[in-house]
Amino acid sequence: MDGDILSILFDNIQSIGGLMLAVLILGLIGYFLGVTRARAVRARGPLHSLPSYHGAFVLVWTILPAFLVLAVWAAVQPGLVRSAALAEFPQEVLADQTRTDLEYNVVEQVRRGLQSLSEQQDAQVRYGLREIRGALEEQGSVLASELTDYMVDAGYAARAEDDSLSFWRTVVILAIATIGLLGAYFGISPRRRARNAVETVIKGLLIAASAVAILTTFGIVFSMIFESLRFFEAIPPANFFFGTVWDPGFESAGALGGDATGFGLLPLLWGTLYISFIALLIAVPVGLFSAIYMSEFAPPTFRAIAKPLLEILAGIPTIVYGFFALITVGPAIADFFQSVFGMTVSASSVATAGIVMGIMIIPFVSSLSDDIINAVPQSLRDGSYGLGATKAETVQNVILPAALPGIVGAVLLAASRAIGETMIVVLAAGATAKISANPLEDMTTITVKIVSQLTGDVDFTSPQALVAFALGITLFAITLVMNVMALRIVRKYREKYE
Amino acid sequence: MSDATLSTGDAAGSHPTSTPVRDFGIRRRRAAETRFKVYGLLAITIAVCFLVLLMYSIISKGITGFYQTEIKLEITLDEAVLDPDGLRNAPNPESFNAHMFAFKTQMALPRIVQNALLEELEIDPLDDELAPLAKRILSVNAHFAFRDMVLENPDLIGGTHDLWFYARGDIDAFLKGAISRDTPNEIRQVKDAQIEMLDQLVEAGRLEKRFNWGLITQTSSPYAENAGLSVAIYGSLLMMLIVLVLALPIGVAASIYLEEFAPKNRFTDLIEVNINNLAAVPSIVFGILGLAVFINFAGLPRSTPIVGGLVLTLMTLPTVIIATRAALKAVPPSVREAALGVGASKMQSVFHHVLPLAMPGILTGTIIGLAQALGETAPLLIIGMDASVNRMPDGPLDPATSIPSQIYNWSRASERAFVERTSAAIIVLLMVLAMMNILAVLLRRRFERRW
Repeated sequence: MDGDILSILFDNIQSIGGLMLAVLILGLIGYFLGVTRARAVRARGPLHSLPSYHGAFVLVWTILPAFLVLAVWAAVQPGLVRSAALAEFPQEVLADQTRTDLEYNVVEQVRRGLQSLSEQQDAQVRYGLREIRGALEEQGSVLASELTDYMVDAGYAARAEDDSLSFWRTVVILAIATIGLLGAYFGISPRRRARNAVETVIKGLLIAASAVAILTTFGIVFSMIFESLRFFEAIPPANFFFGTVWDPGFESAGALGGDATGFGLLPLLWGTLYISFIALLIAVPVGLFSAIYMSEFAPPTFRAIAKPLLEILAGIPTIVYGFFALITVGPAIADFFQSVFGMTVSASSVATAGIVMGIMIIPFVSSLSDDIINAVPQSLRDGSYGLGATKAETVQNVILPAALPGIVGAVLLAASRAIGETMIVVLAAGATAKISANPLEDMTTITVKIVSQLTGDVDFTSPQALVAFALGITLFAITLVMNVMALRIVRKYREKYE
Repeated sequence: MSDATLSTGDAAGSHPTSTPVRDFGIRRRRAAETRFKVYGLLAITIAVCFLVLLMYSIISKGITGFYQTEIKLEITLDEAVLDPDGLRNAPNPESFNAHMFAFKTQMALPRIVQNALLEELEIDPLDDELAPLAKRILSVNAHFAFRDMVLENPDLIGGTHDLWFYARGDIDAFLKGAISRDTPNEIRQVKDAQIEMLDQLVEAGRLEKRFNWGLITQTSSPYAENAGLSVAIYGSLLMMLIVLVLALPIGVAASIYLEEFAPKNRFTDLIEVNINNLAAVPSIVFGILGLAVFINFAGLPRSTPIVGGLVLTLMTLPTVIIATRAALKAVPPSVREAALGVGASKMQSVFHHVLPLAMPGILTGTIIGLAQALGETAPLLIIGMDASVNRMPDGPLDPATSIPSQIYNWSRASERAFVERTSAAIIVLLMVLAMMNILAVLLRRRFERRW
C-alpha cells in the first residue's frame, strides 16, 4: 500500500508543473522546520536574525537552486529528445532540413500520443496487435500525415528518451532541493546572517522584475528586426520605404522572384498621417479649449462634473469607437453628402476614421494640457492680473506662451497615439492603399495592413506575412521618436517651474 | 491693452476720476473675454455631445439585443420516434444520450419542430412555396435546441408540450423594427409571405420577446440567434487572471526597486526611459511581439488565452509600475525614517510600512490597468484570438476569444441581426469596465490618505 502511494506520488511529479509544486511544498516544509529550529536555538541564546528569516533562508536554499537547474534542464531536454528521435531517421531524410522538420513534427505528435495511451493499448501496439494510428485516434490525437516505419520507431525512441530524461529530472531536482534544505537547516546558528542573505535574494528578485521592462523593449526591437531582415532579404529596402504601390498579392503568388514592387510603404504612411492629421484637427482645439476653460474659468462644481465626463471618453475601448465609426458616423457622413450635394461617398473614409479618432484623443489632449497649464506658477497669473489684464488676456499672453512647449509635447504624444491606433481604422478607414488628397475617399494605414497581413491563415515565412514586421518596426520607430521627443519636452518644461 | 493704458494717461493726467476715455476698449476686451469663455464652453459641450451621441448610438442599437424573439410551439413528443426502446428510463443514461445523438434521430428532429410550426400556421408541409418560407422563421439550430431540451428533461417524451424556440436572426431583427416593412420585397430578407405568417403568430400569442440569456451562455456561431459571448467571457476572465497574477507582483517589485533601492546610474536610467516609452508604444506592437516571441519562438499555441494573457501583461506592466511608483512616492519619508529609527532594515521598512500604506493606490492603478487590458483588441487580433470558437475551452492552452475581439468579429458580420448583438456585447463590456472603474474610485475614496 505504501509503495502504491509513493509510486502515484512519483508519477504526479514527473511533469514540470508537478515537480515545481513538489519543490515548493518542500520549501514550505523547510520554512517551518527552519523557524522551529531557530526558535529552539534562540531559547539558548540571542540570534542575529529573527526565526522567520532563518525559515526563509531554508526556503530560499530549497527552491532557488532547484528552480535554476530546472529552468536549464527544461531548455535542454527538447533538444536531446529530438536528437534521439533523429537517430532513427534515414540518412536521405536528414539531408533535407525542411523535410526533417516536418517529419519531426509528426514524430512529436506520435510521442505525445504514445504517452497518453493506456497500458493495454500500449501493449497491443507494441506487440503489433493493432495499428498505432487507430490507438492514437481513440485517445483523441489524429495524425495529419502518413506514418512510415522509421517515424514510429523515432516516436518510440523519443518517448523512451523523454521518459528517462523526465525521470532523471525529477530525481536530480528533488535531490538538489533536499540537499539545499538539509544544508541550510543544519547550518542554522546564532551567528548566521539569515536576514541579510534573504534580503539580498529579495533585492535580486526586485531587480529582475524591473529588468522585465528592458527585456520587453529588447524583445520588441529584436523580434521585429530579425523578422524584418528576413523580409528585406526578399524585398529590397528601397522598394519598401520608397515604393508608392501597395499590392502584395497573395502568398500563393510565389514567395520570391515575382513582383517585388507591391510592398510600398508610402501609401500606407500617407493614409496614417492624413487620418492622424484630421484627428488632431479636431482633438487639439477641442481638448485645448476644454483644458483652458476648466483650469482657468470653470467654477469647481462644473469642473467636478465635466472632468470625469471627459475622462469617460478616455476609458472607452477603441473597438467601441471603431464600431461607432462603422455603424453611425460613416453612414451619417455618407447620407449627408448624398442628400446635400448628391455625391456618393463611401461610408468608410479618411474623414470618418479621422473624426472618430479625434473624439478618442480629446481627453488625452485635455488632461495633458490641464496638467501643464496647472504647472504654470500662480505668480505669473497674479503678475498679469496685477497689470490689469483680463483672464482671457492672461491665458493668451502669459499662460499659453509659458505652457507652449508642454502643449507641443502633449500634441506630439496625442499624435503618436493616433498613428498607432488600430481598431478605428481597421473598421472605418477602408482597405484601399492610395495617395489622395480627398478626405472622403477610403484609404488605409500601417496598422490596418499589419492586422490584415497577420490574421487568417498565414504562412509566417512568406514576404506577405513578413512585411507586417517591417511595417511594425516602422510604426515603432515613428512613435518612439515622437514619444521620446514629447517626454523630453514635457519633462524639461516641468523641471523649469519646479 | 497697452494702447488703452497710454491713452488713459494722456487724457486724465494724474487724476483718474470721471473720464469717459478710461472706458476706451473695455467693452471690446470684455467681449473678447466672453468670447474666449464661450469657446471653452463650446469645446466641452462638443466633447460631451460626442460622448452622449456615442452612448446613445450604442445603447439604442444594443438594448434590443438583450431580448430575443422566441416562438412557442405545441409539440407532440412521440415516443415511437424519440425513444422507441424506452432507453430514457434505463439505468445507464449513456444509451439514451447515444440514441438522441444517433443519425436517425437527428434526421427526425427538424421535422418534428418544423411540422409543429406548419401546423400552427395551417400550411401544408408539401406546399413548395410557403413551407420553406415558414421553416425559415425558425432558428437553423432549433432542432438541436429541441434535442437538448429532451435530453435535459426526458419526461417530456410521450406528451404534448408548449416549448420555446428561437426565431431566426432576420425574423428577430424584423420584429424589432430593424428591417422595415417598406423595403421592397425583392431585396428584403424577410419576405411578404413570412410577414403574413408572423402577423398570424403574433395574433395567436405565439411570439414573444424574452430575455436573451443566450447572449451570455452561447458560444460563437455564424447564426446571430445562436451567437453568444460565453467563450469570450471565459477567455477575457482567464486573461485578466493571468494579467493580475503576473503584472501585479512584477510591477510592484519593479516599482519598489526603482523607487526605494535603485541607485542613480545608467542602468536605472535605462529602465526609467524604457518604462515611459513602453507606456506609449502602440498596442498592436505588443501583439507583434507576442506573435514573434511567444508563438513563433517559444512555440505556444495560437489563439490561446495564455499568449493573450502574457501579451496583455507586458502591456499593462508600465501602467501598474507608474501607478505604484506614484503611490510609493506619496508615502512621506518620515514613515521610512521612523521605521529605520527603531531598527528596521531598509527592506523591512519598505515591506512592513511603506508598501501597506501605498496599497490602496497600487490597487487602484492595477484595476485601471486591468480595465485597459480588458478593452484591448488589436494585439489579440495579431495573436489570432479573433477566431470563431464554438466550443468551450478547457483551459488557458485551448483556443478562445475575448469580449473585444468577439465584438470585432461580430461587427464585420453582414447580417442585420448582428448589429444589435455587437452593440449588446459592447454594452456588456462597457458595464464591466464601468464597474471596474467605479471600484477603483471607491477604493481611492475609501482608503486614500492625505499626508
